Order: sequence, then C-alpha cells, then structure tokens
Amino acid sequence: MSYIRMKYTKWYQTLKSGLSTQNPILISVLGICSALAVTNQVQNAIAMGLGVTFVIMASSATVSLLRNFIPSKIRMVAYMVIISTFVILVQMFLKGFFPTIEKSLSAYVGLIITNCIVMGRAEAYAVKNPVKYTLIDGFANGMGYTLVLVVVAAIREALGFGTIMGMAVMPAGWINWVVLSMAPGGFFVIGLLAWGMRSLTKNYEE
Amino acid sequence: MERLWDIFIASILSQNIALIFILGMCSLIAVSSSIKNAFNMGLAVILVVTVTAMINWPIYQLLLLTNTMNLALLVFIITIAATVQLLEMVIEKYLPKVYNSFGIFLPLITVNCVVLAISLFFMNRDYTFLETTVFAFGSGLGWMLAIVLLAGITIKMKTISNIPRGLKGKAISFIILGILALAFFAFTGIGAI
Repeated sequence: MSYIRMKYTKWYQTLKSGLSTQNPILISVLGICSALAVTNQVQNAIAMGLGVTFVIMASSATVSLLRNFIPSKIRMVAYMVIISTFVILVQMFLKGFFPTIEKSLSAYVGLIITNCIVMGRAEAYAVKNPVKYTLIDGFANGMGYTLVLVVVAAIREALGFGTIMGMAVMPAGWINWVVLSMAPGGFFVIGLLAWGMRSLTKNYEE
Repeated sequence: MERLWDIFIASILSQNIALIFILGMCSLIAVSSSIKNAFNMGLAVILVVTVTAMINWPIYQLLLLTNTMNLALLVFIITIAATVQLLEMVIEKYLPKVYNSFGIFLPLITVNCVVLAISLFFMNRDYTFLETTVFAFGSGLGWMLAIVLLAGITIKMKTISNIPRGLKGKAISFIILGILALAFFAFTGIGAI
C-alpha cells in the first residue's frame, strides 16, 4: 500500500527518471567522454562515478541556493566557477587518499568540469527547484551514471583482462579480448547497452 | 623542427583526440547530422583550441612561478569561457558571414571537453610554447577529421542500410565510432607525442 502511494511522490519520480527512463548516458547520451575513457577497470569507474555524483549534488545544491542571485546573463560562467571549485576538491581528495587511482584517471578528473551532465542538471533542474529536490535529482543522475559506468567497466574488465576489481573471474586458459580494454571496446559496449536500454524501455529514436 | 613534426602527425593520427583519447564526444555525436555542420563545428574547434592553448600556456607558467598549480583547472576554464565569448564578439563584428555559418556551435564549445583537455595535456607533458601550439592545432584537425568521417558514414547509412530500431540515432554512432577507432589503431607508431 505504502509502495503504491510512494510511487506518485515527486522524489520517487525524480529518482526513477534519473536512474532509468532518463538515464544520462544511455538515453540522453551526456557525459560519455569519461564514461568511455575510464571504464576499462572497475575501480576507476567507481571512483569516477562517485566523484561525478558528488560534484553534481554539491554544485546543484549551490546553484539552487544561489538561483535568485545569479543574473541570467552570466549564469554559465557562474556555474563553471562553482563546478570547478568542487572538481578541484575531488582532485585533491583523490591525490591525498588514492594516489594510484588519481594517476590512472589523470586528466579525466579535471574533465568532470566539462561533463555535460553536471552542467545539464544545473541548467535544466537546479535553477528551478528548491535544494532538497536538487539533491535527490543530483543523486539519482549521479547514480544512474555510476551504474552504467560500473556495468560497462565490469564487462570490459572481465573480457579484456579476465579480472574484476583485480580478482580473476574467467576460467583458466581464457584469452583476453585485448580490444575491449582499449578505446574501441568502450564504444562497442556502450552502443550495445544503449540498444538494449532503448529496446527495454521502448523509447525509440526515429 | 623534427620534434614539432612528430607531435603534429601524432596528434592527428596515432593519438587522435577524438578516437583514441575519446574526448569531445557529446558534440561529436550531436552535430554529426550533416557534413556541412560537422565541417563548421570542426573549424570552430580548431580555432578555439589553438587560441586558448596559446593563452593558457603563459598563464600556466605564471601559476608554476607562484606555486599555485591547484588553481589551474579553475583558471583554465575561466580563460576558455572568456576567450570563446570574446571570439564570438569579434567574429560577429568583423566577419558576419563566418559568424552565421558557425551559428550556435561557437558558444557550445565552452563545454566541449577537447578544449580543456588540450590545456591539461600540455600541462602534464611539459610542452614548450611552440610544441603546445602545434599540438593544439593538430588535435583540432584530428577532431575535425573524426567528426567529418562520422557525419559522412551516418548519412550514407541512413539511405542504404536497414538499422534495427533500437540502434537508430545515437546508438549506431557509437558502433561506427568503435570501428573508426579500431581503424585508427593502424596508425600506431607514426609520430610521437
């Protein structure tokens, strides 16, 4: 009973659209540069996903708080400054606590700034909504992004290296599909996943 | 001179910014609906990338001197946004024809990750000013090559092939890009970054 009632609340809808029906990567095709470039290993994907989730939530909340003070003409630059502040935070955090991950992500951490999802949520959602909904929206979109990243990374790491999180998962004698651990593999896996997602949700593009 | 030539060739072919480093995908996929648009977007990227890299290099030297490299990201993104805005105004005033053909693409470039990536790469690789300029120009050219190739193939596919319904639109672009990236691996070893 309570589940049925919950289904119609705003936060449930927000959460659902971020995770599946409006999934930022597979349906809206935003923020794919990082999704393709860092997903050859699961641990990189998790670090990147959580970093982006944090940046989306923090910057959306800030934009939402300041939405009545930012003049609309210079709002893009204002968003950029807010976003890059949080990205620098993430970068310093990774450098301090997880130096190996920071090294393998290298420039891609800085490129969170130009991740279209962050800017997109600020522009499409945060400027019109109060803080508590922007936090849920940021969380949902961040998690939708992280989920896809981890799935892609798991497929690529399992087939490309024969491991997941460094543990061997493939039977002995498995020959690595090296191409999946390089750039083309990312394209193929994301393309096929987008195909699957569109077929499942019957959301076709004509 | 040889080193510059190496960087130039590598940044177009074997280290192609779009197909090997996978950057600038959002606009690459969004604008690949016609060859003319793809070509204009490519030109705009070359222009902005080269100019911002040339501006960011001296700024980075200044940051190095004052030991405030952590601010590099913030400073770079502001320079890029400002440069794009300025270029837009200058082109609108003096070259209205070019401005009309660029249209909406110029402001879109601020959020194109290629531009920021070039600035971050020269920072990580300790390039000199000349190397940075050549690298930026070559990368822009490589990106244009990728987007024009993708647009050409997409348009051909629309008329001659029978694509499954779920793959139509953006999904098939990924598959095409995957095959293109595979082809570009053949250039490995040409030039050095």
